[in-house]
Amino acid sequence: MFLGGEKLSDLSSGLNDRNNFLGLAASLLMAFCATSFSSDFSLTKQCPPGFLLDLGGKCRMKSLYQFYDSLHGKGLGGMKAGLPPHRDGFSPEQIDLGRLLFFDPVLSGDDNLSCAGCHNPHLGFSDGMGRSIGSGGRINKRSAPTLWNTAFLETFFWDSRASTLEEQALESLFADDEMATSPEKLVNDLRQVSDYDALFKEAFPDHHPSQFPAISVNNVVSALVAFQTSLISLNSAYDRYAHGDQKALTKNQIMGLNVFRSFVARCSQCHTPPLFTNQQLAIIGTPELEGLPRDVGAQSTFSSTKLRGAFKIPTLRNISNTAPYMHSGRFATLREVAEFYSKGRGHAVPRNEELNLHWHISEPNLSSEELDRLVEFLEALSDETFTPIIPEKVPSGLLTGVENARLAASAGDRP
Amino acid sequence: MINKRNLALAVCVFICGWILGSNNRPVPLITSSVGGASYEEGYQTTAGDKLAAVKKRVSTGTIHIVNPGDSIQSVVETAQPGDTIQVLPGTYSETVYIDKDNIHLIGVIDQGARAILDGLGILNDAILYSGNNIVIENFHIKNYKGNGIMGQAGNNFEIRNNLIVDTGIYGIFPQLGINGLVEHNVVSGIADAAIYIGMSDNVHVAFNEVFDSVAGIEIENSRHAIVENNNAHDNTGGILAFVTPGLPIKTTEDVIIRHNFVSNNNTPNFGAPGSMVSGIPSGTGILIMAADDVVIEGNIISNNKTSGIIVSDHSYASNVTIDPLSEPNSDRIRILDNVMLNNGYDTIPEVMALALAELHTGPVDIVHAGPSDGSCINNRHRYQVVGIGDYENCNFNNTDNIRSYLLPDGAEPRIISANDRGEIAYLGVCAGCHSFTGRLIGPPVPVIQAMYADNPKGLASYINAPVKKRSNYPPMPAMSYLDSETQLAVAKYMLALRE
Repeated sequence: MFLGGEKLSDLSSGLNDRNNFLGLAASLLMAFCATSFSSDFSLTKQCPPGFLLDLGGKCRMKSLYQFYDSLHGKGLGGMKAGLPPHRDGFSPEQIDLGRLLFFDPVLSGDDNLSCAGCHNPHLGFSDGMGRSIGSGGRINKRSAPTLWNTAFLETFFWDSRASTLEEQALESLFADDEMATSPEKLVNDLRQVSDYDALFKEAFPDHHPSQFPAISVNNVVSALVAFQTSLISLNSAYDRYAHGDQKALTKNQIMGLNVFRSFVARCSQCHTPPLFTNQQLAIIGTPELEGLPRDVGAQSTFSSTKLRGAFKIPTLRNISNTAPYMHSGRFATLREVAEFYSKGRGHAVPRNEELNLHWHISEPNLSSEELDRLVEFLEALSDETFTPIIPEKVPSGLLTGVENARLAASAGDRP
Repeated sequence: MINKRNLALAVCVFICGWILGSNNRPVPLITSSVGGASYEEGYQTTAGDKLAAVKKRVSTGTIHIVNPGDSIQSVVETAQPGDTIQVLPGTYSETVYIDKDNIHLIGVIDQGARAILDGLGILNDAILYSGNNIVIENFHIKNYKGNGIMGQAGNNFEIRNNLIVDTGIYGIFPQLGINGLVEHNVVSGIADAAIYIGMSDNVHVAFNEVFDSVAGIEIENSRHAIVENNNAHDNTGGILAFVTPGLPIKTTEDVIIRHNFVSNNNTPNFGAPGSMVSGIPSGTGILIMAADDVVIEGNIISNNKTSGIIVSDHSYASNVTIDPLSEPNSDRIRILDNVMLNNGYDTIPEVMALALAELHTGPVDIVHAGPSDGSCINNRHRYQVVGIGDYENCNFNNTDNIRSYLLPDGAEPRIISANDRGEIAYLGVCAGCHSFTGRLIGPPVPVIQAMYADNPKGLASYINAPVKKRSNYPPMPAMSYLDSETQLAVAKYMLALRE
């Protein structure tokens, strides 16, 4: 039964790359395999690492930060401050189905792009690109944010226009410059893959043939949310330091931490531990890519010119894995980002542009050494120990595309 | 009937004329300043009379002495929670950061000579702390670029008797903390606020002298704060309580500002462009913006040229962002008796415009701009007032029943049983590298169980100080930051784990 899967991968690669005839043959063979062999896919009954299976069969997130409180439960503070409220409570099966769906290009309009295409675990759950490329080859306006610790977030997208992961997923699935599918196509395509029928029924046991079919847009979205909220990164070197291991950070990293939280640089005022975001909007006035107009950001979400150019403050966890930086990848390295902040309030804002810059955007004039230390500290925020298992194959038999990106990343060949 | 009506009219004319007097103003309602009811609506605490935020120690820890020429920080690193660090007079140029609990960092004052922390105009901050139960006393801090003393999330803090001069953005800045006392500090020459309580709860700010700064004392996005017996003079603005929109904690509530001197706050604004305080008009005594439930009592407010007290909403601050989650009005502002002398004699056009709309001419002691619910004032006739037509008379005249808003037992840490700590630590940390089935980063759980079958203590001590055992596995980071009880609980949890 293992053989079938391997063959399918090879054949579907032909489907994507070679001529139509071979593609047709592959499709036929796929259909044949799918109906003739028992399934290669089953869902785990174990919660992902970092989660406890509770008595109701749901996975509950566990973190050392649960030892602590935070002011008003907001999850903001210095070292030993608790986390903000989070999403969990999905079953192991839902999380695991979400994992398969996440890597399966069958979710996109042209069966060519999976969620992982832009949120690649080998690239910090981002894609190494300034602006992501959607299913039809359309260039998205902005960069793909990391998915680490989305369980804690209150709003989604750079301009905070979605307030739940479900809303976010629906928009990304159906937007022309993202997955570019439609509700009908999504459901139909999934129903064509026979494995999914059983998997959805297992993950959503309260399905009903007519009222609540197992394969539905809602269940796709639920499974994706279940998977995404399992991506927890709270075990970096910084975290060990925060919990009390004075030796977890190098001398240089501690110097960087002190620059980070100093009131000269003021980074921690918005990128507040433990999540390294306070989840607010901020206008910082980064330059746009050459030749592109000003991205108005949250101005359109809240219909207020006072928010022109405002973006959601992103987490800095695993930040050294998600270059390039800012909403459209304007800066290639963290050093460049740090330099931008150091150069002074509004230095990159064109004369004809009126931006209500954030009050913490000042003029720190950090020394070159301080900038280096800051970058070294940011590198201490990396933790990918809970990286989920990347499926070697997905139920549709299509290629996930993740392996190629890993090779490119390891060769230092980022765009 | 007609006669009766005429009689009533005549009586009314007589009485009304008598009350209105010759200048057509009603006889003022005079509320006595003595006796009377106390304000009762604030935070209910049983902390009693003693002002303390850090619990008295049951036993004295080690006392570390720092001599001039030594590094304070290197001593902080060796100190254990419960210890005291005494810094002898001399000059120290360093950033001290305390990322552990229960440390008392005390400058020794010897015949007036203090331990001086000198940032030389190069260093960012003098003292940073994130731990709980931190005491910082008696330092002379100067020439730093960022903050004098800044706390991030430390609960139960006492910052006392420090002299902070020409030190960057904030002199004393506890942030995201609960239960703190800031007293007897002298802070001057600060480009934002001399004392800034940011996003904190249950704070007491008393007996401080703040001057030559943009803002004297600032209570921002904080609740249950008392600011009393301070001397705020020669700043741009003396004492401020407000909400900055766009911060994750959205309210300022339950603030008592009482018995302070607030005078001569006419220093030109030298705040950084874009900062919240850069919008404060020079000559502001007390400023309330978007804060709720603020009591202003018994202050001596004099010679502030714009106004003695300004109450406003966010729409009057041009430089703030919008935040749908922060309510912009100042509601339930209670102004009890205050001594007001010579304020608002050279005010700003915005205040003049509001005054003009009420046909008010001359100086302004108190101005309220924007809508407000449930606000009140006693003895309003004493002051030159603008925009408080809808203020009622207060039904209390003091805050005597409230000594402080500090917590009787401090902010206690979350209590979690050792077993639960073991489970959390195993799942939250260990499970990333060890699984029951198959190899992850570390060896599988059954392999470990076989090695330490009946020896949880042995496993706990390995967790505390791991040594590399297997060439084909990366070294394990030490879990020495977990207390020994938790380490043992983790070990037991791991050994009892079944698939």
